[in-house]
Parts: sequence; C-alpha cells; structure tokens
Amino acid sequence: MNDLSPDRAERSAKLKGLGHSRKRVEDQRFTQGRGNYVDDIKMPDMLFGDFVRSPYAHARVKSINIDKAMALPGVIAVLTAKDLEPLSLHWMPTLAGDKQMVLADGKVLFQGQEVAFVIAEDRYINADAIELVEVEYEELPVITDPFKALEPDAVVLREDLAGQTSGAHGERKHHNHIFLWEAGDKEATEQVVETADVVAEEMVYYHRTHPCPLETCGCVASMDKVTGKLTLWGTFQAPHVVRTVASLLSGIEEHNIRVVSPDIGGGFGNKVGVYPGYVCSIVASIVTGKPVKWIEDRMDNLMATAFARDYWMKGKIAATKDGKITGLHCEVTADHGAFDACADPTKFPAGFMNICTGSYDIPVAYLGVDGVYTNKAPGGVAYRCSFRVTEAAYFIERMIEVLAIELNMDAAELRAKNFIRKDQFPYTSAMGWEYDSGDYHTAWDKALTAVGYDVLRAEQAERVEAFKRGETRKLIGIGLSHFTEIVGAGPVKNCDILGMGMFDSCEIRIHPTGSAIARLGTISQGQGHATTFAQILASEIGLPADSITVEEGDTDTAPYGLGTYGSRSTPVAGAAAAMAGRKIRAKAQMIAAYLLEVHDGDLEWDIDRFVVKGAPEQFKTMAEIAYASYNQAIPGVEPGLEAVSYYDPPNMTYPFGAYICVMEIDVDTGTHEIRQFYALDDCGTRINPMIIEGQVHGGLTEALAIAMGQEIAYDEIGNVKTGTLMDFFIPTAWETPTYTTDFTETPSPHHPIGAKGVGESPNVGGVPAFSNAVHDAFRPFGLRQAHMPHDHWRIWKIGNDLGLHDDV
Amino acid sequence: MTKMNISLTVNGQVHEVEAEPRQLLIHLLREDLNLTGAHIGCETSHCGACTVEMDGKSVKACTVFAAQAQGADITTIEGLAEPGTLNVLQESFREHHGLQCGYCTPGMITRAHRLLQENPTPTEEDVRFGMAGNLCRCTGYQNIVKSIMAAANELNPAKEAAE
Repeated sequence: MNDLSPDRAERSAKLKGLGHSRKRVEDQRFTQGRGNYVDDIKMPDMLFGDFVRSPYAHARVKSINIDKAMALPGVIAVLTAKDLEPLSLHWMPTLAGDKQMVLADGKVLFQGQEVAFVIAEDRYINADAIELVEVEYEELPVITDPFKALEPDAVVLREDLAGQTSGAHGERKHHNHIFLWEAGDKEATEQVVETADVVAEEMVYYHRTHPCPLETCGCVASMDKVTGKLTLWGTFQAPHVVRTVASLLSGIEEHNIRVVSPDIGGGFGNKVGVYPGYVCSIVASIVTGKPVKWIEDRMDNLMATAFARDYWMKGKIAATKDGKITGLHCEVTADHGAFDACADPTKFPAGFMNICTGSYDIPVAYLGVDGVYTNKAPGGVAYRCSFRVTEAAYFIERMIEVLAIELNMDAAELRAKNFIRKDQFPYTSAMGWEYDSGDYHTAWDKALTAVGYDVLRAEQAERVEAFKRGETRKLIGIGLSHFTEIVGAGPVKNCDILGMGMFDSCEIRIHPTGSAIARLGTISQGQGHATTFAQILASEIGLPADSITVEEGDTDTAPYGLGTYGSRSTPVAGAAAAMAGRKIRAKAQMIAAYLLEVHDGDLEWDIDRFVVKGAPEQFKTMAEIAYASYNQAIPGVEPGLEAVSYYDPPNMTYPFGAYICVMEIDVDTGTHEIRQFYALDDCGTRINPMIIEGQVHGGLTEALAIAMGQEIAYDEIGNVKTGTLMDFFIPTAWETPTYTTDFTETPSPHHPIGAKGVGESPNVGGVPAFSNAVHDAFRPFGLRQAHMPHDHWRIWKIGNDLGLHDDV
Repeated sequence: MTKMNISLTVNGQVHEVEAEPRQLLIHLLREDLNLTGAHIGCETSHCGACTVEMDGKSVKACTVFAAQAQGADITTIEGLAEPGTLNVLQESFREHHGLQCGYCTPGMITRAHRLLQENPTPTEEDVRFGMAGNLCRCTGYQNIVKSIMAAANELNPAKEAAE
C-alpha cells in the first residue's frame, strides 16, 4: 500500500506548508467577479431599509411626522424610537460599557445620527420616502472640541446620564467626562520628570480618521416565522459576538440565531462594532416577516460608523544629558464622540495605549487617559491596529524625535541607545506588559545599513545648505520609526469583549480519503485565511494545504471565536489550528502504531507520516491513517479523525519593525515625493511570505493616507467636512510609492508555531515614519511638532510659519 | 415612476429591460441582470469598484443612468473569460497577489483590460496613471501594478523581447 517514498524535500514542498508563498485559494472566485458580499445577497420578497439621519450635530427632536412617507406606494413601515421603546431596543449597549441610541430618543448628538428607519420595497422608493419624513428639530449648542467639552459651563451632552457620577470605568469628573483610565506609576514618574537632566514636552495630536473599507457596512436580516429562526448575514468582523449580542438584545435564544459573515470587502476595524442598522434590520424583519437588507452608502459610512483615533496626547519624556531615557509621562484627552462605542477589551477603555513606552527600556512611566463626550460620531475603533497601539506608537515615536531635538542628538542613535536589548527578553515594561521576544538592535542596524543612513544624512545636510544659499526649494526628510506592537488579544484572564473571553478556536475533520475541512472562529476580510490557515495545518498534520478547506464566518458551523481584528487571527486562531492539528496527530500516532504493530513510542513524525524509529521503510502516511480511522476497528480508539481546540493564549505577541521613509518636500507648494520607503518587519515565524508582503504594502498605504491627508474633519457646528471620497483622502496608484520590504525572524516563544501576526504592523509603524519624515525635513529650521494630516496646505503652512517663504 | 424600455447588450447577450429614468446602470446590472461582480463603493465615481466597459470605454456604472446605456455594448467582469476560466489578466492578478479582499478587483481588472487595449505596452508610470480611477484599500497597488505589467508582457511578448 505504501507509495514509494519521495525524498523529504519533495514531500515537504508538496504540502505547501509554513514558509511557502502559496497562491491564494480565494482568488479564483474574486478575479471572476464571483465573490459573495452582503449586497450580493438576494432573497424573495426582500425589503430595503435605510435611515433618516440628522442634519444637525446637536438638537432636540421636537416631532417626527411619517404620514407623507407612509402614503408613498411601496413604503412598508417607518420605525422611530417610539416603536422600538416597547421592545427596549431604542437604546443598545456599546462594546465599551456605554449605551447608544439606536434611533433618536428625544435628541440627536451628532450629524448623521439615525433618526428613523424606513422600510420599502426597493432602494429608490426608500430614498424618496426618507425625503418625505418630516422631522422638527430645535438646535442646541454644539461642542466639537474635547477640551471645551470639559469646561465647567459646557452644555450637557448626555442628558440620559444626568446625575451619574460614575460610569463603566469608574468616576466621571464632569458631565461630559466618560472615564479616567490610568496605568503605570504616576508619583514616581512625576518625580523623575521633575529631577531629570533633560525633559522634552510636547502635545502630540493623532487626528480623527476612519477605516473606510471599500465595502461599507450592511446586513440582511431574515426572520423565518415558521421555524422561529433568525438569520443575519452581514459585514461582521466578529460574527459569534454579534450572535450573542443579538440574542441578549432580542431575547431570541442563541441557537435560534444564525449569523453569517459572507465575503467581506475589507474591514480595518470598521466592521467590529454593532450598529443601529443591524438592530433596525432585525426588528424590521421580525415585524414584516420578510428579509430586510440595509446597506450604508459612503456618506453614511464616513459620518456614522466607527471613526478611529482622535487622541490629544500630552507627553513629557525625561532623559540624562547623554540621552538615556529615565521616564515617560503621558496624559491623553480622548474624544469619543457622542457615545463611547470603542471596540476594546472590557478592562481596557483606552485599549493598549499603555504600550506607549514602545521599543525602549524606560524605567518608569505613567499614562492617564480622560475619555470625553463631544458632538461627533461615536466609535474609537482600532483602524488596522490592536486597540490604540497606533496612537501609542505615534506618540512615543514623536516624543523620541522631540527628545533628540532637545538633546541635539541623531534620532537613530537615540533610539539605539534606548532599545530594550535582546538579552532583556522576556521584558516587563514599566506599564506591566511582558514583551515576549525581540531583537531590536539587529533589525535597526539592518535597516540603517539598507538605506545607507549616513550617506542620506550627509545628502540632507548638503541640501539644507543649498536651500539656505537659495539654490533649491526642496528639502529632504528622513523619517525613522521603530515600533513594537502588542497584538493577539488575548489571554482570557484579562481580555474579554462583553464578558466573552478572547480565546479563539479551530475544529478540524479529516475525511477518509485524506482531505480535510477546518473551521475557525475568525473571519477573513482579505487577509487570506483560507490560504494561510491551511498552510499551518498542512505542516502540522502532513496533508497538502491544497487538500484542506478552510471555512469561517457561519455561526451554525464554525466553533465559537472572537473574530478577526487587532491582528489576533494568527496569534490566537492560528495557534488553535496548530493545537487542533497536534491532537489529530496524537490520535494518528496511535492508529499508525496499531497498523504497524509497534508501540506508539516507537514511532516518529516525519513531514507527512509516522515512521518506525530506525526503520524508515516502515511508515504510514497521514492519508493512510485517515482511511484506517474510518474503516478499521482499532481497540481502544474511537473511529474517525477529528479534533477541536479552543486556544487561550498565555500572553500577547509583540511584533516589531524598523521603517525608514525618505521624502522630498517642496517648501513652496507643500507637495511631497516619497523617494524611498524601507520596511523591515519581524512578525516571528513567517507563514506565507507573499501574503505578508501584501499586508505590508497595504498597511503602509493606509499609513500614507492617514499621515499625509486623510481625516474626518468637523466645522464648529459639527458638520462633517470630509464625508465623501471627494474630501476623504484615499491614495490612488499614482501617489502611492513602491515599497521595499525586508524582515528578521524572531519567533514568539509562547506561540505553538512562533508566529506573531503582521496585518497591522505597517499601519502602526508607517504613520510615524511618514510623519517623522515631514518633521525631519524642517528640523534644521526649528520645527518641533506639526499635527497630522500633513496635506499640502499644512506642509506649506509649516514652511510659512517658519519664515521660509519670506525671502522668496 | 414611469418606466422606460431599454435594450442593451451585456457580455454578448441582448437584454430588453424596463427601468425608471433615474435608475443607475450599476443597479440594472446587479439587481436586474444578477451580474454582481461590479460593486458599489462610493456612489460618487471616485472608487471605481463599479467599473464596466461601455462601447469600448471604461465607465463607472454608479454614475451612468441605465437609460444612457440604450443600445450600448457592455462588458462586465463576468464577460472577460469563459465561465470557470481565467483570462491572462485574471490569472496574473492571482499569480502576483494583486488582490486581497477582492472588492475592488472586478472593477480593477475590467479597467486594466481596457487600459491594455488602449496601450498594449505601458510603462509602470502609464499603468499607475491609467489605473488612478480605481481605489484599493488592501494592496497598496504595488502588486496590482506588477500584475498588469506582467499581463501586458505576456499579451505582447514582442515588447519584452525588445527591451
């Protein structure tokens, strides 16, 4: 029966396991236009739902008249808060322990807020009906500045919280205050800052932006009144959590709810939260007995669902005269908008902002984050990041640059002087995180060498002289960034979402003929899970990745998991896949021992088979074992070959990287050209180098957008100024540079295969690299801090403020 | 609203459909003809997810009325290759990892198909400029450009030989 043994390299290559740049299995469908996204779903008698939204940022809703809308043929119903109140669904809990209006209950608190839900036979009738709903508003004073929101006489935004002096995260010190969250040692840090040789202080603002996946949010809700089962298809990054929330909110038992995430057209954090559209669609389907589809348009998406960032970070970094950092102090004013709808683990209302000591060995640190309500959209999601790690990385990488200015030191040298050394890992930071592994100096040296750092600095200095002599109007900026991420949330002991521990899962079933299906609690939105999870399994169980189907996103079939965001899929579900594979292998070993008539201890695993030790010609391949598991009565062994693993990670993982951006800046026009971008990533064990590289290209381009132009901007009365792709910057192929990628490989010691996750690193590390390049270009002329986004006007303004246009 | 009779050819097949004068071409394709390959990403003609070919030109079907397609010859992503097969561009996107979430991909490939008709031997700069009407949030374009350049070389080997 045994096939002739090909050599080991050939057998290994055939598996397309770890480290193989396997082509994606998803692409056959996608390139033919055969994807199945939520708006592609069509059902008999399906109705369309859409919102009447508030034109005002803060107003009382005096009355809502739906008569004219209801009179329009094809309109089925118009829901308002009054209709939802008897079901207790006019408000819903947020993931951050706050509550949020589903439909305007007496007042509106941000422009674009959901006021009424129109249900009609088609999209066009729906749009007409929205125009016919008459809402009478009484305008109220608007606050879009979180510092003004905390002034004593500021208007009360959340009247529903009147008299509540504490919230989900402790004391509220003002009627527009949400929480103060603290980490580190305040007293010790303040003492260090007071007595330090050198202290650099700066206010670093990370502006409000938006994940803006190309596909907006949406769902189809279908209540089957015969079976009593609710099916909800939608753009969910965490389908199982949505099922639990839907059950808790609706009272429908969880087994009677099926949540399906079909293909998702990008998520980047936008599709983690629970939105009024989902709730209203479910109610509408229950009321009408028909499937109801709700799909955001782009303006809805940018105005109402899931902004990111908006952190004002006031920093003090203390150091010795020769540049050894002695302490870090950070106070954040966090603008959460009208409702605190951050998507963070419950115990972390400011996410993992306390990773803000970054890649540096800083003995003492303090972080305090004040959450504040304003008349802006709710959210605070992690836009391609692990719960505020982008804000943390930007903060520390700016503070390092400011300290370098203060010390008159080279910023690359200052970093190297303060990196956590390789021999210090596992390293416990001043904020209490245990960094699993790292080799920062090696990565940094490799990066500096690759770009020719010293030569670049010399060229930059020459350019400054030429500029001063009036020979050029262009400056060179060298943007440095060394980031450390904290991803893979996370250990159940301290990470949960709405009480659900943040484990993840994999169930694997081997078929008799040696192929398999694996189901996981995560959901791909472009990351290529169907490709890479099969590779992890291929290496573990010795079946070719091409013979392993990966399924995710259907709560009726997939094991419970917390979903895909925060770069957690590989660290957590990837680990579950490896562990499930090892359970398969353990059983397979017993079967092989029976078949080969040896003790199972006499067998060893060899790529795709168990081999008798010392007798390599005696073996059973996994495919043979799978067949035997179904057709032989093996004493003491159950038939079949299946396993399930729920993996609770013992720690987070800490990917890191070194990025360098070389930028030419035209002082007179404020335009820039990215001459070179070098990105070195260390994400531990590399599963699929092709996919890693693709993730890095994409994340860097999102970072480019954020740093150089993308923002959700409001005017003083709360109008969204960047509500379409006309105003909200997304780079095209034309303005996106070509990136050079590189890597080092420092495996995670606690992950079964040593992988750390990579999807978000380029966004986290990319933003400071681009922004620091802009700052660095103007450093010789005295620039310390200029807020992002660095669009052409703002860069021109930097030059103007520094007097660089005076002599022209 | 009164409906109009519209006759158009899509992927080689003639269709007679009724549509309101305000109905958008993208909705006609997606809802009435069940061709869901082209997607909607912005409704303002910025993102290009809805790109199809109309009478030999790339158009963004979210800002074309169905009525404007009266008598037109339209090709969508579904019409670029025989069902179940990939054309050179589609295969090249797969080979060079020119897609991730897949949402922009049908518009991207349909646009690239026309670009290579307009300019069979593009430089990288030509490709970047010619594709600037199609946004992608996942790939950073680097592998999209690579895919299109590789497809151009395969379709026009003479050019590669000349280089």
